[in-house]
Amino acid sequence: MSNSVQQTQARVAASLRRRYRAERRFKLYGLLAVLLGVSFVLFLFGAIIAQGAAAFRQAQVTLDIQYNEDVLGLAGERTPEALATADYAALVREALRARFPDAQGREGGRAALRLVSNSAAHELQRRVEVDPSRIGTGERLTFLAGADVDQFLKGKIDRTLPEDQRPLSDQQIAWIDALREDGALRLAFNRGFFTNGDSREPEQAGVLGALAGSMYTLLVTLVLSFPIGVAAAAYLEEFAPRNRWTDLIEVNINNLAAVPSIVFGLLGLALFLNFFGLPRSAPLVGGLVLTLLTLPTIIITSRAAIRAVPPSIREAALGMGASNLQMVTDHVLPLAMPGILTGAIIGLARALGETAPLLMIGMVAFIVDVPRGFTDPSTVLPVQVFLWADSPERAFVERTSAAIIVLLLFLLIVNATAAVLRRRFERRW
Amino acid sequence: MDLSAPKNSRTIGDVTAPNPVFRAREVNVFYDQKRAIHDVSIDIARNEVLAMIGPSGCGKSTFLRCLNRMNDTIPAARVTGLIEMDGQDIYDKRQDVVQLRARVGMVFQKPNPFPKTIYENVAYGPRIHGLAADRAALDEIVQVSLQRAGLWDEVKDRLGHPGTSLSGGQQQRLCIARAIAVNPEVILMDEPCSALDPIATARIEDLIDELRASYAICVVTHSMQQAARVSQRTAYFHLGELIEVGLTDRIFTNPRHRLTEAYITGRFG
Repeated sequence: MSNSVQQTQARVAASLRRRYRAERRFKLYGLLAVLLGVSFVLFLFGAIIAQGAAAFRQAQVTLDIQYNEDVLGLAGERTPEALATADYAALVREALRARFPDAQGREGGRAALRLVSNSAAHELQRRVEVDPSRIGTGERLTFLAGADVDQFLKGKIDRTLPEDQRPLSDQQIAWIDALREDGALRLAFNRGFFTNGDSREPEQAGVLGALAGSMYTLLVTLVLSFPIGVAAAAYLEEFAPRNRWTDLIEVNINNLAAVPSIVFGLLGLALFLNFFGLPRSAPLVGGLVLTLLTLPTIIITSRAAIRAVPPSIREAALGMGASNLQMVTDHVLPLAMPGILTGAIIGLARALGETAPLLMIGMVAFIVDVPRGFTDPSTVLPVQVFLWADSPERAFVERTSAAIIVLLLFLLIVNATAAVLRRRFERRW
Repeated sequence: MDLSAPKNSRTIGDVTAPNPVFRAREVNVFYDQKRAIHDVSIDIARNEVLAMIGPSGCGKSTFLRCLNRMNDTIPAARVTGLIEMDGQDIYDKRQDVVQLRARVGMVFQKPNPFPKTIYENVAYGPRIHGLAADRAALDEIVQVSLQRAGLWDEVKDRLGHPGTSLSGGQQQRLCIARAIAVNPEVILMDEPCSALDPIATARIEDLIDELRASYAICVVTHSMQQAARVSQRTAYFHLGELIEVGLTDRIFTNPRHRLTEAYITGRFG
């Protein structure tokens, strides 16, 4: 008897070592997997931030502008038409020539003018049109520098390269050095990136248009998909009879969740644009398309959350004489709300990052103006990233990364809001 | 259907009672094809505690849940026969199930307070049925209900605390307070003490005895001592059949059916 006990114990002891070793190995694999994931995330964020951080600073150049009537080509005229067609770029050119006497001739003038963004001319025109009495006076103004100057200051253009292999000539580099020396050219916070819409000129391009477009689109998606999704989930879980029809609906919802997003874009194009005649490139249509895309996710997660509410709560409510609707609205939905919110956030986060379906409804257009409503043409952040990544200018590279940073921050804010809401609902147990 | 003398009843003892609030006649419950209850006929009298005992799976809980139509929530369940409350068929098409459940309160096996405050737990029923004209009236209902459930002194200072923060016995008394807040005529209790310790059980049993003055109470229990302590009449179920009904004293001292005797003497259970 005692012999068999000893045998058993010996076997257990032998197997114990094997079992512990297996467990240690499993833990190690898990740890390695987590480390791999974290390192990828860190690498991704590090690369994006390293690339994009430069875009938050922008080269600015300070010039002494003389509003000279002859340079403007006004010849005594002050009519709005004359002011609108005057040559404001010439003011900038003359200011540069005053600073650099060697910028002579057409070539020299053009080379000098490339140091300053062409937004300087628009700025001067605006100032003169607001107050024509400025003509004949002078003032010191700060303008955006040209994109190449900006890139040069950030060290993206190598001055040791042969002259014909870089976008700036030796003469231009000499001027830049001179301007930097007396503090007229420096890097400053890039406000325009957050207050401008898109532009062909990288130094003038900003994300506000895309950010506003994303917000309008997401608002439409949220307002439509959340109530519809929760109502559908509550109906299917708590009210619908179990029969062939509800089975069919269930299968179809699960299938919809797996449909590639571009198919929803085609649906939106055919339905909302061609059939209903809604405006092209509008956040309203984008929101509708993303609602179709988000609904299956919200319905599926909401149903799971509703199903997880303990049946004893339903019995308690029904036993009190609550109607089915009262049971759902008073007890089941509040208890399921944290789970429902999680599902809604997963759906909205997916919608926020969606590009493909929006291409089909025209949200990929080049739009300079910041949208002011749900039917204004606009684009969204991921599409803006796509557009900038496609642009040949060197300065768009850092803007692409900066737009991704803004997109990630936006996503972070949306997620944090959801986390706060979820905690508030959970506190109500 | 003749209500006074059930036909072909194999039940031993007198199933009728004077001044009944419920009258069940030849009730059968089917889950799909399976018959869970066989021709059960019994009266439930006012101001009386009826204990339903029997081994697990004997159908006592199923029968209890017929009385407030909680079986309606199970799609596969089908009820035949007649159950009358105050002379009205509760399975009639015209009977509103919400109204029925307002008249027949229920306390469940596992304490299941709502995940809300103590106050909200008790106030929920009066609120959905519109029983209180204003906040003061609601406060009054909550206080009276908690007092009758013997919980007021323990929770009066923390009505805003979650109902789920109470101990198991307190939670069950909260559920009783919740049930009596809508002023029902009958309270159904499905093994109300099976999740509680002996001290909490004793309190609930005292409470059941007090509540008998105002309500008809129907208790399903696994504990024969509890049935003996709290009930006036006892019904013994076996495999879906009502085997024997009688005054509790008589059932426990002088069971007539051999199954009843075997069960209460502890030969199976």
